[in-house]
Amino acid sequence: MSAYILRRLLYAIPILIGVNLLTFVLFFVVNSPDDMARMHLGEKRVTAEAVAAWKADHGYDKPMLYNAEAEGLGRLTETIFFDKSVRLFVFDFGSSDDGRDIGRDIAQRMWPSLAIALPVLLVGLAFNISYALFIVFFRATYVDLASVVLLVTMMSISGLFYIIGGQFLLGKLFQLVPISGYDTGLAGLKFLVLPVIVGVIGGIGAGTRWYRTLFLEEIGRDYVRTARAKGLGERLVLFRHVLRNALIPILTGVVVVLPLLFMGSLITESFFAIPGLGSYTIDAISNQDFAIVRSMVFLGAVLYILGLILTDISYTLADPRVRLQ
Amino acid sequence: MPLMPVVLWTDALLYLLLVLLGGFAWHAARHEHLRAPWRRVARSRIGVVTLVVLGCYLLVAVLDSVHLRLRLADPPGATSAETRYSPEVLSLLDLALDGLRSQSEKTYSAPFATHLYVKEAIELPDGRVLRDYPRLVHGGAHLDDPDARGLDILWRGLLGALLGLALWGAILFALSAALARRRGIAPALMRARIKAGRTEVPWRAALLTLGLILALVGAVALLAGHYHVLGTDKVGEDVLYQALKSVRTGLLIGTLTTLVMLPAALLLGIMAGYFRGWVDDLIQYLYTTLNAIPGVLLIAAAVLMLQVYMSNHAEDFASLVERADLRLLFLCLILGVTSWTGLCRLLRGETLKLRESDYVQAASALGVGHFTIIGRHILPNVMHIVLITLVLDFSGLVLAEAVLSYVNIGVDPTMNSWGNMINGARLELAREPVVWWSLSAAFVFMFTLVLAANLFADVVRDAFDPRLRGAA
Repeated sequence: MSAYILRRLLYAIPILIGVNLLTFVLFFVVNSPDDMARMHLGEKRVTAEAVAAWKADHGYDKPMLYNAEAEGLGRLTETIFFDKSVRLFVFDFGSSDDGRDIGRDIAQRMWPSLAIALPVLLVGLAFNISYALFIVFFRATYVDLASVVLLVTMMSISGLFYIIGGQFLLGKLFQLVPISGYDTGLAGLKFLVLPVIVGVIGGIGAGTRWYRTLFLEEIGRDYVRTARAKGLGERLVLFRHVLRNALIPILTGVVVVLPLLFMGSLITESFFAIPGLGSYTIDAISNQDFAIVRSMVFLGAVLYILGLILTDISYTLADPRVRLQ
Repeated sequence: MPLMPVVLWTDALLYLLLVLLGGFAWHAARHEHLRAPWRRVARSRIGVVTLVVLGCYLLVAVLDSVHLRLRLADPPGATSAETRYSPEVLSLLDLALDGLRSQSEKTYSAPFATHLYVKEAIELPDGRVLRDYPRLVHGGAHLDDPDARGLDILWRGLLGALLGLALWGAILFALSAALARRRGIAPALMRARIKAGRTEVPWRAALLTLGLILALVGAVALLAGHYHVLGTDKVGEDVLYQALKSVRTGLLIGTLTTLVMLPAALLLGIMAGYFRGWVDDLIQYLYTTLNAIPGVLLIAAAVLMLQVYMSNHAEDFASLVERADLRLLFLCLILGVTSWTGLCRLLRGETLKLRESDYVQAASALGVGHFTIIGRHILPNVMHIVLITLVLDFSGLVLAEAVLSYVNIGVDPTMNSWGNMINGARLELAREPVVWWSLSAAFVFMFTLVLAANLFADVVRDAFDPRLRGAA
């Protein structure tokens, strides 16, 4: 088991190097630092000195990959690639274009993201599974048909409208909860209600439909027929046999997104003004802060790979038939 | 020439897509095994109803994809023989909706309104100045008494609906006559069968949908000449016009993305599954790496880079329309880069299975080359996966466009799209009274398209591959 995990971790290294190279090409080769400087300085103030000063300020004044002027190891380390890309491997994100420490910002902002994303995941999971079980209990009846129609309809509505509608109904019309904002501790609870409700409702369509197909697949299996032949009631069949077996694919789907919960959701956080990593990214995009976007790309990749490894591990724990080697 | 055709990049790709679809349909019609699943689609009631709806959207998008520049009138005393064309690039849809395009107001006005949304100082004939809601320049301008507009709206709407239904009747007769001729029965008998719903293809459902749409289009067409049916937005542009122009953007993102990623996904997916070994390792490494980057962030990074490039090379783009068009194409490309991995993995798995099949083994034992085997035995047998992916991805991509435009990494802000409409209207619900029409229009148009696409995708998936049910 530990050998397997070790091997998976080693396998992650080339992937991270690939991600790193890709972002390096995207950010420094497609557009040279000169282009970025010109873009930031704006049309009017572009002079050779201003561009050079901006590059020096932000550490873009070194050669790309190989520094012929430096001595020894410095030939490789005194470069943009080493400074901006290799340092990411030790989670040294450097500073953003306006001079803040990105690493500290990320450590601070991941908790509000988690405060929204985790309840959305848990409540959504509980609701979707219960609803899917309910539909399967009444399968091939009008309840089933009406539910499927409802789910496809809900799937076809853009997530933006759930947010806009939720803010308008609960926030403005009924004035039950604040429209947007964030606070720490218990005082922040009232700010979390709306984003969580909206997030759960937005996920019902696709989620419940997916679980329904999983349950329906299981219900056609032989062991279910055996259980019925033994004389078990429908409720026992559903909860003790179908639910337990269907939980394996559900588990895989959930574990893989667990690490990514820290990254938050771009849209939800910007609509509700939550100071998480999602809105951090959005701000960076609109301010064209390349350092932050680059760090978030790397962080996202790390968390995704972590999710994949966790999935494999959880698989062995949940399903004794799976052996990792 | 009174006009000069302009072919934008995305236009050309849309034409290519239509040609490919046409060629595929022609090819499929000749082969029973390819025709059978489509027949299953055509026999499903949901299948034909959604096809009618999607066809209407496609018609709007195609009309909006034929671009041209009108010839300008020669200035008096012009001596040069050179004809001059307007710098404005228009589409056939623009020409058809010329009234909607040009009839703009000052600012917001509600649907069917005769007065502006905000008060303004109006100078009365006797010189006094009054603060009131001014009459609109175009909306309801023909009315003497704006309060009596209800009857006018009803009358025009009914007339338009009747005209639409008349057209529908003509289509009904033509269709039933054509069908009757093919079967060698009397047209009246055919009509009776359609009415009773006793046809193999559920014509009744399709025709009812078409009738509903035509009546609606007729009513709106007659009303749109005299009212802003869906109101006007902040700068006074007609919302109906914006919503219709957005159809092309949505459809292009939904289809071109899959089209541009298709060559890479097909080539790499089949190669990985067929050659295995180090080729497989390399390709798997490639798509795992791309998959590891969260899609939104990759798109954001790429679009940021594009913005830098465009702002530094502004002189490369002849017009705003061309610039917006290239940005749309680039967005399709980058969306394709983030989404080809799923298809690639499916193709790899299917090819792994196919290469062990008897006919591939036989072909390779007879000394047939690798690429002939791939072209003749493997490619045709994975095409259903491509088709299902194309249809399944469509609705997700249309929804993604709205989200990306909201974050400002979507299509160009000057381009009409539902995402830009929502983005522009994000603060309107906070106004008093509420400005609801822009959002509602974007919602209705988008929802109809995505719902139809979702339902159609289910029918296609079930028809082509019942095993894949629920796999997405």
